[in-house]
Amino acid sequence: MYLDSHTHMISRTTDDYERMAAAGVVACIEPAFWLGQPRTSVGTYIDYLSLICGFERFRAGQFGLRHYCTVGLNPKEANNEELAEAVMEILPRYALKEGVVAIGEIGYDEQTELEDRYFRRQLELAKELQLPVMIHTPHRDKKKGTLRSMDVVREHGLDPSWVVIDHNNEETVQEVLDRGFWAAFSIYPFTKMGNERMVEIVRRYGAERIFCDSACDWGISDPLAVPKTAELMRRAGIPEADIRKVTYENPLTAYGKSGQIKEEDWLNPPPVDQRLLYMGNSILRGGQEPRIETRRPGLDEDLRIV
Amino acid sequence: MSPSERALDLLTRWVVARVPAEAAEWFRAQLAAVAGARDEKPLYLALGWAPRRLGKADLRLSPRELAEAAEVRPGFDPVDWSVDQAARVALVLASYDGDPQRFKARLETLFRTADIGETIAFYRGLPLYPAPELLVARAREGARSGMRPVFEAVAHRNPYPKERFDENAWNHLVLKALFIGTSLDPIQGLDERANPRLVRMLCDYAHERWAAGRPVSPELWRCVGPHADEAALADLARVLETGGGEERKAAALALSSCPRPEAKALLARHPELEGPIARGEIRWAAFAQA
Repeated sequence: MYLDSHTHMISRTTDDYERMAAAGVVACIEPAFWLGQPRTSVGTYIDYLSLICGFERFRAGQFGLRHYCTVGLNPKEANNEELAEAVMEILPRYALKEGVVAIGEIGYDEQTELEDRYFRRQLELAKELQLPVMIHTPHRDKKKGTLRSMDVVREHGLDPSWVVIDHNNEETVQEVLDRGFWAAFSIYPFTKMGNERMVEIVRRYGAERIFCDSACDWGISDPLAVPKTAELMRRAGIPEADIRKVTYENPLTAYGKSGQIKEEDWLNPPPVDQRLLYMGNSILRGGQEPRIETRRPGLDEDLRIV
Repeated sequence: MSPSERALDLLTRWVVARVPAEAAEWFRAQLAAVAGARDEKPLYLALGWAPRRLGKADLRLSPRELAEAAEVRPGFDPVDWSVDQAARVALVLASYDGDPQRFKARLETLFRTADIGETIAFYRGLPLYPAPELLVARAREGARSGMRPVFEAVAHRNPYPKERFDENAWNHLVLKALFIGTSLDPIQGLDERANPRLVRMLCDYAHERWAAGRPVSPELWRCVGPHADEAALADLARVLETGGGEERKAAALALSSCPRPEAKALLARHPELEGPIARGEIRWAAFAQA
């Protein structure tokens, strides 16, 4: 069983859902982010948030995956002040929706003044509503941005065990762990982590407070990154208990603090969920017969992510 | 008390009777806060907290409670409602301040920012809201949903569509039900609102399915029988000749509801079906999918 704690499933196909389910991914978390291009009005933001806690959640359930999300104003769009103010108005309407497991992705992109302002305001919102936080660390000036994010979290008095620092790499991990935060790694080709590097991270730092995700989105990315990384770790002789922590248990513990994601959601879903949302392994659209996948396609042929 | 106020009272009593004292107290306080609120925040926060504070158990209403429901609002059938759904609809009703337009606008905003659970609850509440004539467009939006449980919240065990939908909206509701593979039987008013245009739509749909080699729901023929024209009778004859067991029973049952003499004659050629139908042994409810 795997939990992919960072997926932008709205830009993925049904094939991806089928392959993820077949590879053992039981649940995924969809953090609110931009769409590859900036939004121009709060209306599209409302539709987006409704989509990730509405139809996408339903769609995932048709393929036997439980779907959760985080809501927040991302740092890129925080630079549009008019939009940012309007989004801050509507965010509280979404923060308590079913399956919202954190405020996120928030943090810095270019570390501007506006980014800083809305990052702080959202940390306060998370505190008020007792929600975990998912922090997006910047791609550029990464190390400084990561340290600064953690400083600001501390300044606002949040407990680091409620805060996930995502998109880590070899340069940031030590400091994140030392300060008591969760260290997440996005296995994403070319710009973030490769999974052979991830194996080395686990070998070196162990599995405490470390986990990996795919961050799969509209770019070249891999929705099987978590099961593939698990398989690589297995072949590298990492103990099974550690693999489980890095690919399942740790994100469940971190985001489980919201009270909105529980193992029983997929192991023993309540009848009301089975009626409304979650179709187990069946794909019921268009009169197709429910089917159970036994094959695990794609894993052996294509294991490495660089 | 207006019907909406009586409904609010009813829902409140059901919820309070089913949750621990502390949760009941929280719920009553939220209703009061929402009723006296000057902005929308108490309402949307209470709607968000409701399932967390009150749980999502089935209401499991007693026969007496169900009878009371139907007495407060004819057609109101909350047999499969849950505690959080009743609570959410009660909170929405509590926000009514006597201004129907403001209520409509508030409901629209709630729908626009609702998650699936809220969406289902809000649609289930349709028969209870004040000024229902203002909500037709919203109800039709729900009946266009591709999310089956959302569609069913409007279509199933809900008197709103049969009371408020015009013929075109009604016909599309029935067709959509078949299209997404849900049952027709729980749709209220199915027989009384059957009409010739719907017959044509349904028979065309059946032909499309046959052409594609896909199965046709036996329930489809229920809305065809009463207004069947010559072409529809030919379709029913085809089902009787070539269909499977369930389909043949459904076609025969449809023929028995058709006033035309040709229908009677056609049915008479299949005594193995005509007999059980005459004795009431074949009923539409039995074709409903789970």
